[in-house]
Amino acid sequence: MTSDSPSPLRFGPVSRRTFLGTSGAAAATLLIGRTGEAFAAETPQKGGTLTMAIWPDPTALVCAFTTSDQVLLASSKMTEGLVAYGYDFQPQPRLATAWTLAPDGLSATFTLRKGVKWHDGADFTSADVAFSFMQLLKPNHPRGRGTFANLTAVDTPDAHTAVLRFSKPSPMVMNALSAFESPILPKHVYEQGDPLRNPANNAPIGTGPFKFVEWNRGSHITLERFPGYWAEQKPYLDRIVMRVINDAGSRAAALETGEILLAGPNPVPYSELARFRSNPKFEVETRGEELLQHAQAIQVNLRNPDLAKLEVRQAILQAVNREAMARAVWYQSGKPATGPIPYQAGDIRLANPPAYPYDPKKAEALLDAAGYPRGADKMRMKLRLDWVPLGEANLRGAEFVKQSLQRVGIDVTIRSSDLPTYLKLIYTDYDYDLNLFLYAPIFDPSMGLQRFYWSKAARPGSPFVNASGYASPAMDKILEEAATEIDPAKRKALFHDFQKLAMTDLPILPLLDLDYTCILSKRVHDLMAMPEGIRGSFADVWLSA
Amino acid sequence: MAKAKTGKPHGGLATFFTRRLIQAVPVLLGIVLFSFVILHLAPGDAIDVMAGEAGTGDAAYMAQLREKYGLDQPLHIQLLRYGTQIAQLDLGYSIRNNAPVRDLILQRVGPTLLLMGVSIVLSVAMGVLFGAVAAIRRNTLIDDLISLVALLAYAMPIFWIGLMFIILFSVTLGVLPSGGFYDVVRQDVGPLARGLDVGRHLVLPALTLSLFYFAIYTRLMRASMLEVMGLDYIRTARAKGLGAAKVTIRHVVRNALLPIVTMLGMQTASLLGGAVVVETVFNWPGLGRLTYDAVFQRDYSLLIGILLMSSILVIIINMLVDLAYSWLDPRIVAR
Repeated sequence: MTSDSPSPLRFGPVSRRTFLGTSGAAAATLLIGRTGEAFAAETPQKGGTLTMAIWPDPTALVCAFTTSDQVLLASSKMTEGLVAYGYDFQPQPRLATAWTLAPDGLSATFTLRKGVKWHDGADFTSADVAFSFMQLLKPNHPRGRGTFANLTAVDTPDAHTAVLRFSKPSPMVMNALSAFESPILPKHVYEQGDPLRNPANNAPIGTGPFKFVEWNRGSHITLERFPGYWAEQKPYLDRIVMRVINDAGSRAAALETGEILLAGPNPVPYSELARFRSNPKFEVETRGEELLQHAQAIQVNLRNPDLAKLEVRQAILQAVNREAMARAVWYQSGKPATGPIPYQAGDIRLANPPAYPYDPKKAEALLDAAGYPRGADKMRMKLRLDWVPLGEANLRGAEFVKQSLQRVGIDVTIRSSDLPTYLKLIYTDYDYDLNLFLYAPIFDPSMGLQRFYWSKAARPGSPFVNASGYASPAMDKILEEAATEIDPAKRKALFHDFQKLAMTDLPILPLLDLDYTCILSKRVHDLMAMPEGIRGSFADVWLSA
Repeated sequence: MAKAKTGKPHGGLATFFTRRLIQAVPVLLGIVLFSFVILHLAPGDAIDVMAGEAGTGDAAYMAQLREKYGLDQPLHIQLLRYGTQIAQLDLGYSIRNNAPVRDLILQRVGPTLLLMGVSIVLSVAMGVLFGAVAAIRRNTLIDDLISLVALLAYAMPIFWIGLMFIILFSVTLGVLPSGGFYDVVRQDVGPLARGLDVGRHLVLPALTLSLFYFAIYTRLMRASMLEVMGLDYIRTARAKGLGAAKVTIRHVVRNALLPIVTMLGMQTASLLGGAVVVETVFNWPGLGRLTYDAVFQRDYSLLIGILLMSSILVIIINMLVDLAYSWLDPRIVAR
């Protein structure tokens, strides 16, 4: 399985749609069968130390109170969620072995795994689950108050049963129970004092396959096999060493010397991907991002009277050659977006929303019609373009957009800032015109996308939400219904309506669906058994000689 | 200043240090005040960054955090709180890193001092040696070669030299590790083996960091030597029959070292800045990278803590430099 010969299962929207179109169970079997096939040739070997890169140095090792990617990467090996999600986006047992959602959607009962131990030897019980949701995640997780807004209580009728009670149906919660979204933490460790300052945040005690050994800040994090892990035989690895390597060039070198065996997401400069793809010692994976998904888009400030005109927004989208942008900016690690939901999302993605193909002539005609003829300097209007300072590809993207718009007579000034300044300009002051940004739609649009389109999500000071000033009663209605609809088919239909309306109103101009990459040595096996990929627990990962 | 004839500090060493330490207090206060104000002028705070990293932040959650850490207070109240805390020699708590600032700095200061120390010694030693040789053999092939190497070292960006070293010595030749402080995979090794291992990891970053300063010292030393060599007292020394080696070592080099010492004092401070780049390229777990991250994460208490510590370092180094002056040239008295 080389990564540059995309298997239809992994990539093709058509085949993904087909297999997800069948019933969930059948699809799951098909999928497990296929991934199993790919790896079944070899039986896992025990032992070995997996060295991997992590950057920048995480600020904590538990992802309950701070959730930057590197914290997720570390936390997910030591702590677990109630479930994990497969390539079909269906839950699979972890700390919970079975679950039922009540027909009215107002409660969900979880049967918890028996015989699970915390790393300090204590027993895992339903009290830990109740405490984690009500005392830790809901009040203190950065997204907790949103995700668990309707979660009113967690009942614990016995030590191995937890019942989540909702004030309104919350299908989204059922999709937010993974280790990296909702890690379950030990009550006996967090009971006393301020959870945000608990020493265990930097030296986690979890139920995961690996336990914490040491964190030498700025240098490395060492984890070792937890012998009391509930899954027999697992994990296979003896140790995981995460080395802090901040420079992309240095990461490439460390991979080549074999000092690290694994790095992701997007560990090396895009320009170097081809070199790793052709090197037989490495695998370049684009799987393992399906749960988050990634996209690049322009958020438009509708408070600007020029941009409030729909024709202008249509013209901007049609002026950008997204095929060329995927090539020039992302070195083919992306493809033109058809809407806000990327191709990895399966059949929740609408096949044919209103489309705006690249057509600079049409763009010019639209701008003429909107009342913006070219002036004496050949320009029609002036706009500022901000870009999210997370990676150099965004600056190149901004340059690409600038040149594209310049060609149709829109004079663009690129404004560069560091992250806190950027967040303040865009999400607090709303002092911008166009914002080229990245977002993770997440496989449940109520979690990942609602915030950009829902008028009530707009709050000055909250980053990465609706900053367009977009307020559509029709859109609000669709999103609010989808957030409480527990019938999967009806919910899917609502999301299709959402995409249609999003691509009609265009408060956000989707540009590209992005493939994030992960580079691993061929000695590393079964990393992609689950779509959590590098953010997974690594219980299944093993090393060959 | 040129009154006393001894090389001793005015009024003895104890008085010198006491006076300097008293003088340092307002300087440090000024640094705390200045960095506090200037850092808070930058838009956004640590809570913004945390919410940004989380993908989104609930407004109530962010307000709760701000209240908890006192970030919702007016600036002068925050400053007052911070000042009181510093006065009690407490550097505070880093919200971002869930750890006391003092611990964070202490963890990282060792590797940085090691890297800085070795780089300074290496660059001064090489710079003085090559500069002196170039001056003595001026306008010869050796002089031209040394000048060429110095020019190249001066002109090449540090991070590029670092990456080239990694590609040559780690990737291609495989003789040295590409980064890190020691081999983190090997466990249970004795202190001697660990020391050697650190040494191996130190070679490339120290070489990279010292190359740039080596170039400066070489050029400075060469120019300074040439100037001194033309002075009257050198002619006198030759006239009274001293051998060429004695003249060079005792009279020329010693006097030519003064500008090197000045430069050394100034550059020790800026070496911290250069270390950010080298620490990033070589994953050296030092203060430079901690500082860099603290700026972008708006981790003010950590940042001011680091600035404060660096200022203390610079003050100490300046004291040592002044002492070195009077040792090299007894006419200069350290006060």
